[in-house]
Amino acid sequence: MIGASSNAELLVAFHRFGWGIRPGVNDLRAIGNDPRGFVAAELARTSPLAPTDSGLQSSPELIVVLEAQREREKQARATPPSMAAPPAADLTGNRAKPPPTPLTPLQQRVHAEAQARLQLAHKSGCGFVERLVTFWSNHFCVAASRGQQVQILAGAYEREAIRPHVLGKLGGMLKAAEQHPAMLLYLENQGSIGPNSQIGLKRKRGLNENLAREILELHTLGVGGGYTQADVTSLARMLTGWAMAGMDGRLGKPGLFAYDAAAHEPGAQVMLGKTYADVGRGQAEKALQDLARKPATATHIATKFVRHFVADAAPPALVARLAKTLRETDGDLRSLAAALIASDEAWKAPLTKIRSPYEFWIAAGRLLNPEPEPARHTINVLNQMGQPLWNPPGPDGFADTNAAWANPNALKTRFDMVSNLARAHRARDPRELLEQGFAGLASSATRTAVARAESSQQGLALLLMSPEFLRR
Amino acid sequence: MNEFAPRPSRRALLVSGGALFAWPHIPAFAHAAGGRDPRLVVMVLRGAMDGLAAAPPLGDPQYAGLHGALALTRSGPAAALALDGFFGLHPAMPQFARMYREKRALLVHAVATPYRARSHFDGQDVLESGQAGPGLVQTGWLNRAVGLLPPGQRVAPPKGLAVGVVTPLILRGAAPVAGWRPAGNHEPHDDLATRLADLYAQSDKALETSLRQGLALDVIARRETSALSKDGTDLAMRLPARGAAKLIATADGPRIAALSFNGWDTHSNEGGAKGRLGQLLAGLDGAFEEFERGLGDVWKDSVVIAVTEFGRTARINGTSGTDHGTGTLCFLAGGALKGGRVLADWPGLGEAQLFERRDLAPTTDLRAVLKGVLEGHLGLSPAALSKTVFPGSDAVRPMKGLLA
Repeated sequence: MIGASSNAELLVAFHRFGWGIRPGVNDLRAIGNDPRGFVAAELARTSPLAPTDSGLQSSPELIVVLEAQREREKQARATPPSMAAPPAADLTGNRAKPPPTPLTPLQQRVHAEAQARLQLAHKSGCGFVERLVTFWSNHFCVAASRGQQVQILAGAYEREAIRPHVLGKLGGMLKAAEQHPAMLLYLENQGSIGPNSQIGLKRKRGLNENLAREILELHTLGVGGGYTQADVTSLARMLTGWAMAGMDGRLGKPGLFAYDAAAHEPGAQVMLGKTYADVGRGQAEKALQDLARKPATATHIATKFVRHFVADAAPPALVARLAKTLRETDGDLRSLAAALIASDEAWKAPLTKIRSPYEFWIAAGRLLNPEPEPARHTINVLNQMGQPLWNPPGPDGFADTNAAWANPNALKTRFDMVSNLARAHRARDPRELLEQGFAGLASSATRTAVARAESSQQGLALLLMSPEFLRR
Repeated sequence: MNEFAPRPSRRALLVSGGALFAWPHIPAFAHAAGGRDPRLVVMVLRGAMDGLAAAPPLGDPQYAGLHGALALTRSGPAAALALDGFFGLHPAMPQFARMYREKRALLVHAVATPYRARSHFDGQDVLESGQAGPGLVQTGWLNRAVGLLPPGQRVAPPKGLAVGVVTPLILRGAAPVAGWRPAGNHEPHDDLATRLADLYAQSDKALETSLRQGLALDVIARRETSALSKDGTDLAMRLPARGAAKLIATADGPRIAALSFNGWDTHSNEGGAKGRLGQLLAGLDGAFEEFERGLGDVWKDSVVIAVTEFGRTARINGTSGTDHGTGTLCFLAGGALKGGRVLADWPGLGEAQLFERRDLAPTTDLRAVLKGVLEGHLGLSPAALSKTVFPGSDAVRPMKGLLA
């Protein structure tokens, strides 16, 4: 048997830092000898964090796919109604009804991206790095509800802008995220025009502050970070001209980031007391580089990071230590993650947080299935549980607190979902899963409840809804 | 869709035991002389609603120029509905306009919370927490108001319910609250819920409380959730309103409800008489109608309020929308109101009159409106309102004469 204290840390490794135990796959005896080393080992990897599925397409390819679909739909609408194809189901809104309608090209691409992401989370050893990916993807979130372009790009955005930097530099991720077409479309920089630019003067168009404000408020300094309305406007001016090249090809290959000098507000800008000369595209790049290095940014990000992994009330000493790490390493995100798992608090703090619906769904899949659930099913389940994939309610991403996921509504919704899941897996023996899936750490109350269940289905539902399985 | 056939004994256990039903009481004045039994619903419109577009000041000489191509007019294809000669109402809201004519609806213009920066998240925090600034407490003003109601007869369901997946801050706090959401899942075997609640009782009290509350109101509202049809935004607001109205119209049901609707952040393509904002306002109009219809006999004792965290820029931005601003408006409807009025100390829209030269300047503190309703409708004292519900708001007097 494994020693008691490292055994408790084994659950911390899989629940707090990973995606849950895979019975029969994870070697619990070996991991139990050194749970901290098991998590740390994942940070040492140098291989790219991208999915291996080579069928996934780049942003420019996806934009072309969507354009072709829209063109076909336009033509179908022009034909008599009886000839027209059925309207595409709204992937983000409506649930699929049996019999399943054929997927549109847009839905096919979204499902492929989702499947690749599910596969990585499901098959990872502990999954700490994949947890980091979802954390950063949520920090720099885009939402499919903005429109079909963002919807088809959301998965590619995560692969192209987030994953390459998860163990790299904050400044690199910041620049990649803000320059990605998905973000430029989501926060509406696409149509933001310098009032005194060529286009602005000709067409009487102007600024849209949306992206600039969220960069300051959400992505870097944080709401108390000491910026003013004037700083927001200045950054918005610097960002003018950052756009996605459109289908007309005027700015380059459609679907790639492009700098449109004709839309860029001319002149130097002052942000946070510093003057930025007008060097075109590089003006906002310089501003982002400075924002990534601000102490307020380090504090804001360290707070969110600790709140996500450790506790809703982030322990201040741990936050201070991680903020210091960010400042001293020029925003090195591998060092940030390493500092977290090197901290005793992060291993000793009780598991009080509630798994988000996505985390819960992955953990349940790892417990029950050798392979992840199909993307289509997962997408429907996440919609019902209030955490639709790549579609948070606002630019601040999905909530990360127990108030959001353990409130009466959310818990009732999860209860309903688990009831269905247990019905689908009623052939499994819940007592066996309990021993394998909790490394012998389930409470006696949970063991008793599962053992006394009137059916294996009921026992499995109790196991999945037990405090040990819900909390991380 | 939901074949719900609980064994009576199990259901009785769920609906009568433990932490879930430590509800305080039905307000004592509910059965007092005259039989007035007030209902209050607050709808939070998240994203900052453009008050100048929802109820345009047609009589202000600056309005048409500021709102440009999106401006509504007195006549023609972009005509606003008539309110009082100075203000019009967005044409997507004919039901609210009818209630206004019937003196059962009013609006207060140029209002704002005490918050003056322009972050949605902080703005909503101030709107819902009822504090002078963001991030001060984790409880909502409506929950604290519920806690002040005079205790009386016990009722089965809780006093407030939150419709939506996440309980909104406005209704979080010490007073018990439960909620439901429209859902399409099979009702699980009832015995499972009992066993799970027992398990939580032994090892996780927080989860136990949450589960018991989540299960309770779901039973009551269930019958109303099967009317899903494909009607877009409109129905998205109507359905929660319909379910909430059904619950609070019940004689032993809750008296106070809060709902929350997203999507009001119209940075681009806001639309004028038709368009994105128009669709949202049509949905809101539908929600008001659902409450009027669903509350039936108790509509005469009801007030339904719609509030938002702040307004939007007076000028149209570069993408045919509006950016985050300050002053906006608040809608009130219900049979208990002295309606048919637009209440506003109008600041004007001249360059120098705009707040920071960009936003409608707020001249009325939203807390004055809310205090006026809580005092006149629920009978809370101004002292308690300033101390507990909106701490530090002594200087903000409750608005008088809102109620009929």
